[in-house]
Amino acid sequence: MNFPILSSLILLPSVGAFFLFFTRSNKQNNFTVKYVALFTSFVNFLLSIYLWILFDHTTSEFQFVEQRTWIDDFINYKVGVDGISILFILLTTFITPLCILSVNNSIKERLSEFLIAVLIMESFMIGVFCSLDLVIFYLFFEAGLIPMFLIIGIWGGARRVYSAFKFFLYTLLGSVLMLVAIITIYWLTGTTDVIELYSLGIEAKYQNLLWLAFFSSFAVKTPMWPVHTWLPDAHVEAPTAGSVLLAAILLKMAGYGFIRFSLGLFPIASEVFTPLIYTLSVIAIIFTSFIALMQEDIKKLIAYSSVAHMGYVTLGIFTIQQQGIEGSIIQMISHGLVSAALFLCVGVIYDRMHSRLIDTYGGIVSIIPKYSVLFMLFTLAALGLPGTSGFVGEFLILMGAFKDNFLVAVIASIGVIIGAAYMLWLYKRVIFGKLINNDLKKMIDLNRSESIILTSLAIPTLFFGFYPDPLINTIEVSISDLIETYNFRLASKI
Amino acid sequence: MEISIIALPLIASIISGFFGKFIGDRNSEIITSLLVSISAILSALVLYEVIVNQYQDNIIIATWISSGSLNVNWSMKIDALSAVMLVVVTSVSALVHIYSIGYMSHDPHKPRFMAYLSLFTFAMLMLVTSDNFIQLFFGWEGVGLCSYFLIGFWFKKESANKAAIKAFVVNRVGDFGFALGIFLIFYLFGTVNYSEVFQQIPNITEKNLVFLGIEINAIDLICLLLFIGAMGKSAQILLHTWLPDAMEGPTPVSALIHAATMVTAGVFLVVRCSPIYEYSEFVLNIITVIGMSTAFFAATVALVQNDIKKIIAYSTCSQLGYMFFATGVGAYNVAMFHLFTHAFFKALLFLGSGSVIHAFKDEQNINNMGGVWKKLPYTYSLMIIGTLALTGFPLLSGFYSKDAIIEFAYLRGNTTGYYAAGIGIFTAFLTSIYSWRLIFKTFHGNYNNKEIKIEDTHESPIVMLIPLVLLSLGAIFAGFIFKDLFIGNYGLNNFWKDSIFFLKPLSTEHPPLWFLLLTPILVILSIPTAYYLFVKNKNLPEQIVKNNKPLYLFLLNKWYFDELYDALFVKPSKKFGLFLWKFFDLKIIDGFGPDGISAIIKKFSVKANKFQSGFIYQYAFVMLLGFSALLTFLIVK
Repeated sequence: MNFPILSSLILLPSVGAFFLFFTRSNKQNNFTVKYVALFTSFVNFLLSIYLWILFDHTTSEFQFVEQRTWIDDFINYKVGVDGISILFILLTTFITPLCILSVNNSIKERLSEFLIAVLIMESFMIGVFCSLDLVIFYLFFEAGLIPMFLIIGIWGGARRVYSAFKFFLYTLLGSVLMLVAIITIYWLTGTTDVIELYSLGIEAKYQNLLWLAFFSSFAVKTPMWPVHTWLPDAHVEAPTAGSVLLAAILLKMAGYGFIRFSLGLFPIASEVFTPLIYTLSVIAIIFTSFIALMQEDIKKLIAYSSVAHMGYVTLGIFTIQQQGIEGSIIQMISHGLVSAALFLCVGVIYDRMHSRLIDTYGGIVSIIPKYSVLFMLFTLAALGLPGTSGFVGEFLILMGAFKDNFLVAVIASIGVIIGAAYMLWLYKRVIFGKLINNDLKKMIDLNRSESIILTSLAIPTLFFGFYPDPLINTIEVSISDLIETYNFRLASKI
Repeated sequence: MEISIIALPLIASIISGFFGKFIGDRNSEIITSLLVSISAILSALVLYEVIVNQYQDNIIIATWISSGSLNVNWSMKIDALSAVMLVVVTSVSALVHIYSIGYMSHDPHKPRFMAYLSLFTFAMLMLVTSDNFIQLFFGWEGVGLCSYFLIGFWFKKESANKAAIKAFVVNRVGDFGFALGIFLIFYLFGTVNYSEVFQQIPNITEKNLVFLGIEINAIDLICLLLFIGAMGKSAQILLHTWLPDAMEGPTPVSALIHAATMVTAGVFLVVRCSPIYEYSEFVLNIITVIGMSTAFFAATVALVQNDIKKIIAYSTCSQLGYMFFATGVGAYNVAMFHLFTHAFFKALLFLGSGSVIHAFKDEQNINNMGGVWKKLPYTYSLMIIGTLALTGFPLLSGFYSKDAIIEFAYLRGNTTGYYAAGIGIFTAFLTSIYSWRLIFKTFHGNYNNKEIKIEDTHESPIVMLIPLVLLSLGAIFAGFIFKDLFIGNYGLNNFWKDSIFFLKPLSTEHPPLWFLLLTPILVILSIPTAYYLFVKNKNLPEQIVKNNKPLYLFLLNKWYFDELYDALFVKPSKKFGLFLWKFFDLKIIDGFGPDGISAIIKKFSVKANKFQSGFIYQYAFVMLLGFSALLTFLIVK
């Protein structure tokens, strides 16, 4: 492959951002600014589709690998994709343009700066999902925090500073340990190249500590219980587009990291710590579902439900079953689509009424019918109704979990019941019922760009619900090889 | 052709749901009714083929999920069992579609209503024609969803919204068991296709599992988990609470979903899985007990209810109980027979009650009715037919199916069987009493409605009566005509083939004559009894109520199940959620985590701040102090 397609994917959004850097945003050129950003990210999306078409899903080898020396004998800029990473890249490039399209109403000031942050973030995220060198991975992983920190801190709501710092501190604390672990790995093996590390393996006696160091970073980012409390605050204060990026893409870095590094590099430690992950995941699913039930703020409710959904993801990954891990990846993609859509849905009514409280609403189904239909669809996808992508992920995860541990699967399945309760109750209180608040009568239904955004999220949600084959085909071989290597390593104790 | 049976309702639903606004109310109604009717005709043809030519097929439409060893297809399995269900679902659905044109004529959201009905039909057909457990689950949740939409159809009513959510969530509790059952099946057999699973069942009869600390036979466990799902969907005792509340939906919905089709899905599931259940005597006995308890419980509650639809809802609950205890005693074919006949007469009763409600302009309390049998002659006589069929009056359809259930329970020859037969007979008597109570209070006696004059009550339009007439034909003749096919010894071998599996062939003996005559005699005697109680001597029931107040309240409040669940599950859940949020997340995690740490750092830095006072003599003093401390340390050491 001569054309450096992955580097282009990483760089292109930054190039767009670079252009925006020189335009000052004011009322006159807001339009131009937005379309430059939109155009850049859309081209990037097309490029990633092209990547998906070229991608050969019959092998688990890394493809489109590019390598350049950065620091001699130490760090290489090395990128490449396999079945596991490619879907996340697609998710990133798919969500970003929608995000940019959605800023119309929510971002009133400093539009071009906001879009620069979004585009830079896209670059970093794609970098995370295709880096094949630990140091590069770490850089992208941490750098992703900065634009998000700014988005919350500058464009956020009333308590934005508190939330931004909480977000930053939480996620940074975990990551410091990961950096230490990466340095240790370099000492031990003399390389940070992921492919090489895969073939070398890491001595069993070091694995536990290293695993814990990586875990501390990933657990915060997932977020797993009990380090999840930054998420609701961050979501509540973030502007709509920020919430979307956070829920749809940022949270997926950790899940990806668990599969790529925790399972890939430290199989023995993963086996040791599986009970820990199971316990935390199950607690996350049950506890946060109950918490979600009692929320009065729509965004907080969805944020808590995200924690529960990510609980399924971590649970599925550590089942080390084909169904479990595949389910986790599909769940992540699905959650990316659905939670993005739900946050956008909240954004739609927030832009009109400037309230996120459930009490404000009620009885608006006949006032904004189009909105109600789409919101219903995403509600159903969030509660995992068969025929939506949410079902495929959840069901496969639980199936995999059941193979590994009855008790965990049984408890996790209870989450499905509570999930139905809080989502339907939310929907009922917002959309159905008698219209009491007279201000609501003035609400207008979805405008064109909102319809386009929500519909483009609805289509894949339904499509992959009925026909998840394109997703599963892409990851199948990579996952089965991963499991095979994992079990082989486990048996041979490296 | 077979696929179009499923596809037509879906197409109808899409047309009416998305384009209803453009094509108009009337066109949506016509298109949906027409397409579903075509689907019904095709289904009848399929059933004919199955009966005459022993037609069987398993059509694969597309792949759905294939992950590792898991392989799930969108499929259509046609055999005797699914053919019967096809006919029940599509024919009742078509009639309900037509009836709705009249019933919903004043509603502003007709296309939406028709779209839901058609969508429901589609989901139900997916459920019955599946060849694997996961597509079954798809249909299972799909019908639940449509039920949710339709119960909450009048979205401004708070009670309707609540009932809708309750229905969905209670069903999810059942689905939780069902899903675990599917996981277990996949765990044990590595597949979820019926035929592959059923083949392997005999190999694992001895296998035991440790499940949540209890050692249990694998097949027993599968059966138990699947049955939990069936209990939810078919509103069996413990998970029945949603069904009476579901009557908040429009009446055609009650007839289609909450009487004829969806609620029978649980029975269908057990019958479909007869190759598994036959190996689990233990769970079959549980089913019998649950079935007869439900039959009895619901009948007692129905005795004292005043809402016309709730009475019929409890009656449905009770009849479903009969179907379950039929499967519990191994008479799957009889359960299917009762399901089949029940669909007709129960839909007839519901649609008839809808006609009554229509006549009284949305009045549902039977105490506010009475004396209108001359005003509503068609509705009256059709309701009588439905009631006769339900109570098992000789020669009508309910007689053949219900009495067969009681007989087979008796012939089972074990303790549960005898108990079931006894309770079955007693419940049949109760059924008869409450059914006739409904008829007499609604149509006979004095006119009790204060809001509408008797002159203003009116017979329903023809478009509502035609479906009633067709259903009444089914209620009268379905039993007699299909008796031999469904439950005759001759039919057993030829019709069901391998769609129903019997480990031991059913007994072909006959119970003693007195036993055969007992039920019909009770049923016939109950008519004058009910007439005496509810028309002639109205003081007597009131006297009984007065003397047995606690019992009456117990029944009126439906054995206090709702209150119990509220106290056991709903309130604690909310409290628990609040506790986890306000106390655990905010106080403990945040308090000791980020907020706590930042508070400590702040405190510390304030102290450290004070240290830097800027006065040189203070710094010098501290230096001196430190120097002397160091010196002392060195000297002492």
